[in-house]
Amino acid sequence: MDFDLSEEQRLLKESVEGLLKSSYDFDSRKKYAKEKDGWSRDVWGKFAEQGLLGLPFPEEDGGFGAGAVETMIVMEALGHALVLEPYLPTVIVAGGFLRRAGSAAQKAAHLPGIIDGSKTFAFAQLEKNSRWDLGDVTTTAKKKGDGWIIDGEKFVVLNGEAADTLVVTARTAGGQRDRSGVGVFLVAADAKGVSRKGYPTQDGQRAADITFTGVEIGADAVIGDPANGLPLIEQVVDDARSALCAEAVGAMDESLTTTVEYIKTRKQFGVPIGSFQVLQHRAADMFVATEQARSMAMFATMAAEFDDAKERANAISAAKVQVGKSGKFVGQQSIQLHGGIGMTMEAKIGHYFKRLTMIEQTFGDTEYHLTQVSNGGGLI
Amino acid sequence: MDLNFSKEEIAFRDEVRQFFKDNVPAKTRQKLVEGRHPSKDDMVEWYRILHKKGWGVTHWPKEYGGTGWSSVQHYIFNEELQAAPAPQPLAFGVSMVGPVIYTFGSEEQKKRFLPRIASVEDWWCQGFSEPGSGSDLASLKTKAEKKGDKWIINGQKTWTTLAQYADWIFCLCRTDPAAKKQSGISFILVDMKSKGITVRPIQTIDGGKEVNEVFFDDVEVPLENLVGEENKGWDYAKFLLGNERTGIARVGMSKERIRRIKELASKVESGGKPVIEDVKFREKLAAVEIELKALELTQLRVVADEGKHGKGKPNPASSVLKIKGSEIQQATTELLMEVIGPFAAPYDVHGDDDSNETMDWTAQIAPSYFNNRKVSIYGGSNEIQRNIITKAVLGL
Repeated sequence: MDFDLSEEQRLLKESVEGLLKSSYDFDSRKKYAKEKDGWSRDVWGKFAEQGLLGLPFPEEDGGFGAGAVETMIVMEALGHALVLEPYLPTVIVAGGFLRRAGSAAQKAAHLPGIIDGSKTFAFAQLEKNSRWDLGDVTTTAKKKGDGWIIDGEKFVVLNGEAADTLVVTARTAGGQRDRSGVGVFLVAADAKGVSRKGYPTQDGQRAADITFTGVEIGADAVIGDPANGLPLIEQVVDDARSALCAEAVGAMDESLTTTVEYIKTRKQFGVPIGSFQVLQHRAADMFVATEQARSMAMFATMAAEFDDAKERANAISAAKVQVGKSGKFVGQQSIQLHGGIGMTMEAKIGHYFKRLTMIEQTFGDTEYHLTQVSNGGGLI
Repeated sequence: MDLNFSKEEIAFRDEVRQFFKDNVPAKTRQKLVEGRHPSKDDMVEWYRILHKKGWGVTHWPKEYGGTGWSSVQHYIFNEELQAAPAPQPLAFGVSMVGPVIYTFGSEEQKKRFLPRIASVEDWWCQGFSEPGSGSDLASLKTKAEKKGDKWIINGQKTWTTLAQYADWIFCLCRTDPAAKKQSGISFILVDMKSKGITVRPIQTIDGGKEVNEVFFDDVEVPLENLVGEENKGWDYAKFLLGNERTGIARVGMSKERIRRIKELASKVESGGKPVIEDVKFREKLAAVEIELKALELTQLRVVADEGKHGKGKPNPASSVLKIKGSEIQQATTELLMEVIGPFAAPYDVHGDDDSNETMDWTAQIAPSYFNNRKVSIYGGSNEIQRNIITKAVLGL
């Protein structure tokens, strides 16, 4: 048992934190959000230069062969800086599908663009009524010759507007909620029949609703088994949940630091409000919540590589519950302790609260994952 | 980073687990499972078994009978002990006064007291809290005055756990009334058989009598029973309380209790089906299990950190262990109340003897719930822990 980072991991942490410190203060973030894609191509290029975009891929594919711990380090740093760039959909999700189940040809076609920063991806998974059920899919993939035809609608696709390629879940057989008969497909975002409607999200990122009308793709577009892709989808989404847990810990940590700093300087009744015990104890509880979340984010990081899929899912759901609860508490109390200023768009603290809130609403909320753990027989 | 135990650590865990399985007396184990208090004889019997195995004072230096284990091994040992379940080594001797004596005591004191603590020939209790000095411990008033070759002690201690069994008590006494609060206190060892000591039990809301008031009326104590330097007792007390906080998370104990909840909830019916099949109940239980998992990992982080930076500097995150550990212990007793429903009501006084062997286990659920309210109060109340976090971590 060892919680320490290796020398390489420590260097990675220092370099990603250094990069964000120099290029991602709150004012810069505002500017990036106003750019065409809703994030900065320039920053993305720097991520590529530092090797962050190639981190989880094997060296023979041009990556760095890093593991879940390295992803945790990067995601936590991204959470700290409230980064807008599409690391999750591109590197974690699309990269996850390719690295776990992509063919040699698919890897050769797509990984270089991810790694050098020239291409970004989006995960078109959510449907009107699917909510948290990854197997609830009405979008269809029908066989046509060697290839497929995709029809359906996907919603709240993060980075959906800017992405070059979409990773789409679609049903190849069976009924709407059958576990079997779901496949994963790569669709060029500019393919004929793809229509995208972009919009900003509550936490300052951008997403799109996407309609697929008779979109023709080749036989080489399917990742893994088109008849039984759900286990793969679950695994990659668990990667994403685990990454989100780490991002949330970074955001909580920053919220706590910012809030403590604020109550040390804000004066009322002639003294810093941080001298009031009622606020001190609230801040102490925020620390407790953050540390509990940090422990579970580490647990999720380890669990992402568990061999047993059930055990993995149970552990990651447990982490998502803890992180969801802690994030909600830390986020809400950060606003409360800031008082009126915390309600303003101008102050950065509210933006952390909003990101933490949206993380909870992504890939299963606290209640959903609690039910999963409960139905999975708990942890003891 | 690797959160898994190494092969050696797993082998160690299996060895410890097997030893407890084979050696914890069945009667004592059953009492603990049912939330009852083992008797003094039960405890001494078990402590002697541990002593014989060489596991009585595991974290002491080797020269005084310790094991030289790593912090992870200590962690595993404690977890397995709580999960067995078996009585934990008597903290007052093993974790509190013992380390104070081997760290600050005279050679004479080490020779005289340490072997008898290790072999449980002496049962120790703790004389810290007073009626007017709870969280504000440094305001204590019990005084020790030097007269000839003796200390004369007058005053009152309270919340003294298991003083009724004790041979010795270690006391914080005011030896310099003129000095400022913390600086006029000394750490003195007192024979409980001394003339002038009166022990009066305090009955707690669960009906039990594990805590006492201890009165000192012109109690004469040899001067050599002072530990370390006169008026430096507060430093030793802080050292001692720092030791107390590690292991206070009681993760193993809560795990054991969750297994117990699951077992009972599979037997007790509600609406024609076992309570465990109730979705709401199960989700509440799962929520506690998740908190406990997080706590277990937080504790492991603290333990791993301890191994890296050496002892003596308690990690401030250990206050998290106290706060969450106590909340979770309390939550498990609340869940047991939910399982038992209306049969929580019948009252049966549990004695500290063996006369209640045949008592129905249901009678212990409510007392255990009531009794566990103490865990967020003792060992530095959870509010004091928040003060510690506020100052030591957040710098407020």
